[in-house]
Amino acid sequence: MVQKVIKAFTTAWKGLSLTIRHLFAGNGKREIVTVSDSNYFKQLEHGTNTIQYPKQQLPVPEVGRYQLDVEMDDCIVCDLCAKVCPVNCIDIESIKATEAIGQTSDGTTKRLYAAKFDIDMAKCMYCGLCTIVCPTECITMTNQYDKTVFQLSDLVYQFSDMSPEDAAEKRALFDKQQAEKQAAKLAAMKQKEGGA
Amino acid sequence: MNYYITYFIAAIGLFSFSAFFALFGVYAERKISAFIQDRLGPTETGKYGSLQTLADILKMLQKELIIPAAADKWLFMLAPAVIFIAVYLGFAALPWAPGLIPSKTNIGLYYIFAIISIETLGILMAGWGSNNKYSILGAMRSAAQIISYEIPAGFAIISVVMIAQTLDLQVISAQQGILATEKIKFAGFWDVSQIGGLFSWNVFRAPHLLIAFVIYFIASLAESNRAPFDIPEAESELVAGFHTEFTGIRFALVFLAEYSMMFLVSMIAVILFLGAWNTPLPNIGSVKLATWTTGVAWGILWVVIKTLGLVGVQMWIRWTLPRLRVDQLMNLCWKVLTPLAFGCMLISGVWRLWLM
Repeated sequence: MVQKVIKAFTTAWKGLSLTIRHLFAGNGKREIVTVSDSNYFKQLEHGTNTIQYPKQQLPVPEVGRYQLDVEMDDCIVCDLCAKVCPVNCIDIESIKATEAIGQTSDGTTKRLYAAKFDIDMAKCMYCGLCTIVCPTECITMTNQYDKTVFQLSDLVYQFSDMSPEDAAEKRALFDKQQAEKQAAKLAAMKQKEGGA
Repeated sequence: MNYYITYFIAAIGLFSFSAFFALFGVYAERKISAFIQDRLGPTETGKYGSLQTLADILKMLQKELIIPAAADKWLFMLAPAVIFIAVYLGFAALPWAPGLIPSKTNIGLYYIFAIISIETLGILMAGWGSNNKYSILGAMRSAAQIISYEIPAGFAIISVVMIAQTLDLQVISAQQGILATEKIKFAGFWDVSQIGGLFSWNVFRAPHLLIAFVIYFIASLAESNRAPFDIPEAESELVAGFHTEFTGIRFALVFLAEYSMMFLVSMIAVILFLGAWNTPLPNIGSVKLATWTTGVAWGILWVVIKTLGLVGVQMWIRWTLPRLRVDQLMNLCWKVLTPLAFGCMLISGVWRLWLM
């Protein structure tokens, strides 16, 4: 019994001395080193372990699976990313152009307008498949991970740079071209029939 | 008429003190726990987060007072008030300085010991009235614990009372310093009536009171439901024990009671064992340190410093030791503390007869 009491007091004192050491150990700012640093766990032994987030940030690798970003000038609206996406968070609406409308930075010819290029980041599962299939590497994952919005709809990123009027105009042009082609075809067929 | 105004001022002063102390205590606890765990605690609201608890209480005042549909309405509503008022009334008989005491009764100690037992009733009311199994478990544990631990605490107090021969807290305080009317001996042989300082404190007047002090301190932790005796709250298994269902200002009152109780039991410990409002500095020859640092303002200062020190130790213990199981708790109370306290009481009697 006496031994038990003594043991209880000594063990309790051991714990108490440990905590009092930490209480007065100083609470200097945590120095920010990357996880890969060999000193990473060493520096947790003194001072505070708190990272005061907005003021201090742990450096993250530049290549990682964070927010998606699309470089619209390089996009050829091939729809591969939308097709490969496992959660269908990419929504693309394309308009065929009447002629080639320029080139991407890697020399691919662009023949489609993107009337709509929405990525719903709330649905995105950060698998990165879209960045792999993209032929022109226009869809990438940036190193921005901190994104808070007040409206859920703000998490739908709209990358298309066309106004609705613009899109309507292009659509009309394409329809007109198609109609002309159709008309030309018909005329040609008529000619054939007439000539036969 | 003037008497009544004084009474009201004293009562309001004590209430505002306990409210202020609760705010300070919560802040201190959050900071201490943070530093112990290598965190920072509150940092944003005010300098070093010092306005955090003020913001918290303002938030709580605005919150809706929810009463569960199946709760026993009256018990539920009255419980926080009973819990707090029981503790608050305990402050009435505590001496702060020579001649400064809200209510100078010759049975002050007895009164305090009786009145803080009513807190158990409030906790039972809260637990039963909530109509919730977690709450009733917490309340039952609390009642079992407080009733059990009052026995070692009571005997530890009795061993002091036997030495002091009085229940008047002001007299007990005065005995432990240079204002004593009788002869004081350090450890029973060295006359320190004129020297004072910490040599004349009760724990040093009779060394076995050091053991009584430890017993009382452990029991007081249990009485104020603090870790490692916080099974009534037991947030990991009972959500929050007896105050699971309370919201807003009622919840705040329960917390106010807990922190006031911490201060109260620490202050009783200081008064009974650690020299109350007496200075720790002794008179050394012509350097009359004790005489210089005895007075009303000094008295308040010494009492507050010692009490806050003990409250700090309570917090330190809370963030170090794990919670005890209910059987360990009862074992400690009945098989260790109670016999030890009886032993202290016996030694006190012998001490009083042969050495004083």
